[in-house]
Amino acid sequence: MATIYIDDKPYEVKDGQNLLQACLSLGLNLSYFCWHPALGSVGACRQCAVKQFKDENDKQGRLVMSCMTPASANIRISIGDAEAKEFRQDVIEHLMTNHPHDCPVCDEGGECHLQDMTVMSGHHDREYRFKKRTHINQDLGPFINHEMNRCIQCYRCVRYYRDYAGGRDFNVFASHDNVYFGRHEPGTLESEFSGNLVEVCPTGVFTDKTQKKHYTRRWDLQVAPSICVHCGLGCNTTPGERYGQLRRIRNRYNGEVNGYFLCDRGRYGYEFVNSAQRVKQVVYRRRDDAGVETVEKAVKGDVLRYLARLLADGATAIGIGSPRASVETNFALRALVGPENYFTGMTALETRLVSSMIEILKTGPARTPSLDEIGDADAVLVLGEDVTNVAPMMALRLRQSVRNEPMAVAHKIGIPDWNDAAVRGAVQTKKGPLFIATPAATKLDEIATSTYNAAPDNLARLGYAVANAIDPEAPTGDRVSAEVRQLAETIATALKGAKKPLVIAGASCANECIIQAAANIVWALCKTEHAAALSFTAPECNSVGAALLGGRSLDEAIQTVRDGRADVVIIAENDLYRRAKRADVDALFEHAKHVVVIDHSPTATTAKAEVTLPAAAFPEGDGTFVNNEGRAQRFIQVYVPEGDVQESWRWLRALRVATGKADVAEWATLDLALASVEEAVPALSGVRNCAPPPAFRALGQKVPRQAHRYSGRTAMRANINVSEPKIQEDPDSPLTFSMEGYRGELPASLLPSFWAPGWNSAQALTRFQEEIGGPLRGGDPGVRLIEPAAGSAPAYFGDAPKVFAVRKNDRLAVSLYHIFGSEELSALSPPLAERIPALYAALSPSDAEALEVANGDTVELRLNGAAWRAPVSVRPDLPRGTVGVPAGLAAAEFLSAPAWISVEKVSAT
Amino acid sequence: MLTDEMKHEIEAEAGLYEQRQAAAIEALKIVQRHRGWVDDASVGDIAAVLNMTPDEVDSVATFYNLIYRRPVGRHVIRVCSSVSCYVMGYASLREHLRARWGIALGETTKDGRFTLIPNQCLGACDHAPTLMIDDDLHHDLTPESIDAILEKYE
Ligand code: SF4
Ligand code: SF4
Ligand code: FES
Ligand code: FES
Repeated sequence: MATIYIDDKPYEVKDGQNLLQACLSLGLNLSYFCWHPALGSVGACRQCAVKQFKDENDKQGRLVMSCMTPASANIRISIGDAEAKEFRQDVIEHLMTNHPHDCPVCDEGGECHLQDMTVMSGHHDREYRFKKRTHINQDLGPFINHEMNRCIQCYRCVRYYRDYAGGRDFNVFASHDNVYFGRHEPGTLESEFSGNLVEVCPTGVFTDKTQKKHYTRRWDLQVAPSICVHCGLGCNTTPGERYGQLRRIRNRYNGEVNGYFLCDRGRYGYEFVNSAQRVKQVVYRRRDDAGVETVEKAVKGDVLRYLARLLADGATAIGIGSPRASVETNFALRALVGPENYFTGMTALETRLVSSMIEILKTGPARTPSLDEIGDADAVLVLGEDVTNVAPMMALRLRQSVRNEPMAVAHKIGIPDWNDAAVRGAVQTKKGPLFIATPAATKLDEIATSTYNAAPDNLARLGYAVANAIDPEAPTGDRVSAEVRQLAETIATALKGAKKPLVIAGASCANECIIQAAANIVWALCKTEHAAALSFTAPECNSVGAALLGGRSLDEAIQTVRDGRADVVIIAENDLYRRAKRADVDALFEHAKHVVVIDHSPTATTAKAEVTLPAAAFPEGDGTFVNNEGRAQRFIQVYVPEGDVQESWRWLRALRVATGKADVAEWATLDLALASVEEAVPALSGVRNCAPPPAFRALGQKVPRQAHRYSGRTAMRANINVSEPKIQEDPDSPLTFSMEGYRGELPASLLPSFWAPGWNSAQALTRFQEEIGGPLRGGDPGVRLIEPAAGSAPAYFGDAPKVFAVRKNDRLAVSLYHIFGSEELSALSPPLAERIPALYAALSPSDAEALEVANGDTVELRLNGAAWRAPVSVRPDLPRGTVGVPAGLAAAEFLSAPAWISVEKVSAT
Repeated sequence: MLTDEMKHEIEAEAGLYEQRQAAAIEALKIVQRHRGWVDDASVGDIAAVLNMTPDEVDSVATFYNLIYRRPVGRHVIRVCSSVSCYVMGYASLREHLRARWGIALGETTKDGRFTLIPNQCLGACDHAPTLMIDDDLHHDLTPESIDAILEKYE
């Protein structure tokens, strides 16, 4: 800690900061543009000027840029000094000479850092009366709107996009007062993290194009803390609603998870919630004796009574849960049918993979890092995961982690971390150790020390060899080639030489040996006294929660129904056709007398249901997800959906009540449901604490979801009814669907959004953090459910698999992941449509040659009697004997690793 | 398409640096020397040769006022518009040229003979006002003296 003097008052500040950070952390108002907490300082805009004095007798002082000046002990500065104030006003005035002042038609209006800083600086008289320079805007694709005239040349966008996110198709062009930020020609921005430009740019140059289609000002949005549902990382988000429609997704800072950013799948994948195809009503599908189907909308009460009868008549009901449904939903289903009749909804393989990860993290000595901590690693091995496409934000963290090792150069010559231009000058293009071993080339390869492409079993073999190179007691495979052994040595040396080595693996290759190999490596490191970390990606937003809850696999569910041991099948938020073979799922529906599906979106599975119950999508309900780190996180209802839509767990509770299994008081609130979860499932104990209970009050008040400027409250429904409706009840959280309530310091898990007087943009965040870039005050949201066992030293996993053997006729299917397309729900969102690839079959050059096919030729893929036709894409990076297929595409339903697929040329006819 | 000669020259430059990108400015100058200016296709071609993206090359190209991203005339006139020359008669020089061809700064004569652009200080302040035509510096100019000079550039 150091004492600094600001306007003659002493303050205690943390060491190693610059003055701007220090002032903002102290809650003082000081304007700035080019500095960004995640990007550091470059001193480009001159907006943060303060007066610095030599000592208390110095009355003259000199102007310095606060973002470029260390907050060193005893430094004396003034923010209020007249000259400094005038300087800051002048800077704004100059930056504004070319600005169009078009706030009324600007999508940034109302949450604009430029507006805030202009007001803060006190500049209000524009004297510039000349022609302004104007620019031609670019079409940057489906996500981002471009309006270059609003630019104030702070350079944040290009520093974020290029330096931070590694994108190379965006830049700054020309010079002096004619600089242009964009692409060299119009076209879709390629970075998977482009959407963050919307929040990084302090003005309205880059705005959310999807929001523009149903635009709403920030102050008119109803918001609540939420969790992204589009991968297993559980980034924190702020969805915004107006008129019952989800209008946008914004980042919600969580210092341990996503920090300041989101990926484009998370930001733009939300429109499935607004789809006209949504399941919004109870649907009853009747089939008469002739097999003719009639579909009708049903009354909720009737259907519940009907279902209660079905369930009561001594019938056996089984429940099939889902890794994309909340902990509460899966648990409620288990409670309805009984643990012995509950199935996780994951295949046997998937269940085994995820359970194995959890087991390794629980029994082994290695700790799993938070997403934020992944950015601190200084040597990384990625085993089997295409991180950018499977767990996108993890890739953005890895792009920061490769800076850690070379950063030592900057530290040695005394450059503080925040001095971005100086650090980058010292580091140049040097990158720390990052090794990527995957079936095919991945986007992160461009920053890797070295890469290795091989069939999944061979990736596992490399992993075993690395573990063996660290600790000779760790087993290795037979016939390890000299090439693999050498690579393993190199990787082992890098990991051993690091302070924070990290190994990343996951379920993408559907290969348990890879997971075990990753465990062996970190355990070997831990044995040699290294604080090695192990991070697994999780396939879906609640895969870990579903696995912690436990239950039998989907395969067993199918068998149970086939054997005639189940009359009623209840499926919660799961499209079985995405997971199991079509024939098997068909068989399940044929053998089941009654099928009930609860879901929010129509799927091939809802199409087979006798009764479909409309479930709440994430912004329409409350629940808990457990992310890949084992962090339980609460998502809170943003708005009350129309009609019969409610959380799946509420439907299941209603069924329990209807069948007399529970009385109406049971699980009246989410909190009570979670109390039952904790009681029944020790592995999930802690889930209840990831947000305060519904009874929580701040100074006796609830927390408002609507801004204090929320407009039209009495008018917006006047076409329906002139009286203002009663505020809807929320039994599940301390938040209220209202403008009234407590605005102030709150537990971070309840903060609907970040706003402070004078701070209307995302930059208001500094008012809620303990320190810049640090945890939110009172602690970041989420409860970690998985910690390593103290003093544990489990035995290494046994021998490595045999060398991958190419087969004569069939080829091993390898899933190739796509950030847009591989995930079920975001793929239903229209803005993503043009980014989703069409089905293809990727072949190595030698396989293509053997099949006598070239790029674009059609091949037929056959698996278990089903067939797909796809154009060939020849990829030199793919291992021989495999066929790469895009994972999770709707066009290919279940066509997934690790099956052996027959691939044949289709002759042109 | 870059000609073999251009590629050869660019390769020679790229070989001098640890990072191929460092040769970007030289590559742009090479193309400009051969073509008179740098067209969009060449930006992409240079990018491919130097392991850069077109955006990166264009960012460099558009930053420098002596890299021309639009076609220029057979001769480029760079009139010094900086302080010394300003004081010593830059404005009348500029007006003279403007009146003669009816073109503003940044434009090319209709016959494609001259392009007129401003330049900040040619480093010959003691002989202001000055201008450069291609690689030749002309100094102590008056509107009258310049006409004779222009005759030499066809
Ligand atoms: S576009 Fe936005 S972020 Fe980029 S320089 Fe301009 S104002 Fe700054
Ligand atoms: S990384 Fe995953 S959780 Fe985070 S925003 Fe993207 S899809 Fe959502
Ligand atoms: S914020 Fe300090 S100079 Fe821009
Ligand atoms: S000002 Fe014209 S040459 Fe220096």
